[in-house]
Amino acid sequence: MTERTSGQQPTAAEERGDSIIQFPASETVLTTESLGVLYDGTSAVEDITLGIPRNRVVAFIGPSGCGKSTLLRAFNRMNDLIPGARVVGRALYHGKDLYDPDVDPVEVRRRIGMVFQKPNPFPKSIYDNVAFGLRINGYQGSIEERVERSLRAAALWDEVKHRLRESALGLSGGQQQRLCIARALAVQPEILLMDEPASALDPIATSRIEDLIDELKRDYTIVIVTHNMQQAARVSDYTAFLYLGKLIEYGETDRLFTNPKEERTEQYITGRFG
Amino acid sequence: MNDGAALGADSAPALAAAPGRTLTLKSNARRRMSESSIGAVLLLCGLVSILTTVGIVVVLITESIGFFREVGLVEFVTGTRWAPLFRDQAFGILPLLNGTLLIAAGSSLVALPVGLLSAIYLSEYATPRVRQIVKPVLEVLAGIPTVVYGYFALTFVTPILRVFFPGTGIFNAASGAIVVGIMIIPMVSSLSEDALSAVPRALREAAYGLGATKFEVATRVVVPAALSGIVASFILAISRAVGETMAVTLAAGATPRMTLSFLESIQTMTAYIVQVSLGETPHGTLEYSTIFAVGLSLFVITLSMNLISQRVTRRFREEYE
Repeated sequence: MTERTSGQQPTAAEERGDSIIQFPASETVLTTESLGVLYDGTSAVEDITLGIPRNRVVAFIGPSGCGKSTLLRAFNRMNDLIPGARVVGRALYHGKDLYDPDVDPVEVRRRIGMVFQKPNPFPKSIYDNVAFGLRINGYQGSIEERVERSLRAAALWDEVKHRLRESALGLSGGQQQRLCIARALAVQPEILLMDEPASALDPIATSRIEDLIDELKRDYTIVIVTHNMQQAARVSDYTAFLYLGKLIEYGETDRLFTNPKEERTEQYITGRFG
Repeated sequence: MNDGAALGADSAPALAAAPGRTLTLKSNARRRMSESSIGAVLLLCGLVSILTTVGIVVVLITESIGFFREVGLVEFVTGTRWAPLFRDQAFGILPLLNGTLLIAAGSSLVALPVGLLSAIYLSEYATPRVRQIVKPVLEVLAGIPTVVYGYFALTFVTPILRVFFPGTGIFNAASGAIVVGIMIIPMVSSLSEDALSAVPRALREAAYGLGATKFEVATRVVVPAALSGIVASFILAISRAVGETMAVTLAAGATPRMTLSFLESIQTMTAYIVQVSLGETPHGTLEYSTIFAVGLSLFVITLSMNLISQRVTRRFREEYE
């Protein structure tokens, strides 16, 4: 591990230098500065400094337990819900620290939406699932119209337009996951966080989700956690490799997979551990 | 035992070292006997409660048959006067049913909101530490003997009621209903809390992820998802209130009457049974057999409520996933 204590030694950031890509501030929507998350005092991720560029897809890869999901959940303060979780460092969203005491986590989550690993539709109708976020937000426009638009954006409309009042639990796993994406899109977040969104799905449903991600990046910034490296290579523009709670390498996806700068990245993507 | 040990000791190396030797898996007569006798003992224990239930039902029905032969089912279920112990006898159960329903309704008014809200608090708001303390304390309420609730009603609740409503009788439905309500709060809160806690974490996270506040998560996602479990807890609690005896006997009086007023003395079905059982009514008379007819009615009410709650609970299991 990198030494940071002595003045002679280069700092971690300097030493990693060009293995972590830097974006101009005008291109990023979210920037972290030495962000760390601790569970009951034990560090799950630490010293993460990276930028998330607008209208791009960023993938977090790394072996199980490397902290990629924890880092993702730090972006919309979902870790607040876990007793004993504590966040250090800063996560700047349009220059405002998400963890500033006067920031309301509810407001953060309305702008930074999330799709989870397992499809988790509410035991309500398809329509009510998508309308949920609009209703709690007191949306003034036509809910019906927004529901349709969200379902279309999630490539689900044609399959469900005749059964909007039926229970969402009657849908297949892949449809349920697209419904969860539609539900997240309905509140028009700026960033969509996806935590292994296809890991519970079959290959066909997975490829539909991946196509969808490609379309969504026109309007949204997407951060996706995946344990599937092929998936990261297929859907993302930039990839960050995390290992043991630290950011090892972050760069353009094509470059990272073909010409990794860090030895551990290379070992991981060539399957020598993980 | 002995030969089981021997089998264990030499069969393992035999399997490894001497593949030619066959392993005999002979049945162990003694073990089989002890296993089946354990089964028989356990079955017997199960049968005790089943047979008791069957016995009670049989006694209730056979003893009631004599009563219904003399009084007639129609008079029993439609009559609005209950006076089996007076010279001018009347056998309409409606006044007793009225009393019982008054207590059930009044106690529900107390227990359902308080029980559900405390369940929501425990499941959604309380920290694990607070829950660890509050839940057992709430459940202590369930351990207080019901007779204690009875004189708590008489000596504490009724005097307070009489301050606010000067016309209140010494015996009145309100104080009975209030203490029965307090009595069944733990039932509502504990069972509802189980139902709320059983709602998958993933549903809560989905709602939080959409920017829902804690209150919105509780009221719009968790409670609806747990609704059947909550309703089941309500029905069980109401059925407990219907069957409650001691507290209402002490607090609500012994005056069967058709009324909607909580401030008058009434009599519930259970309180009537106590009155006759403890009184001087000779066994074997028509007057005495009334308690079996009333008991049978009570049994039918609580049984059907329990069946309804079972059905509701089954639906609840299909609610999510």
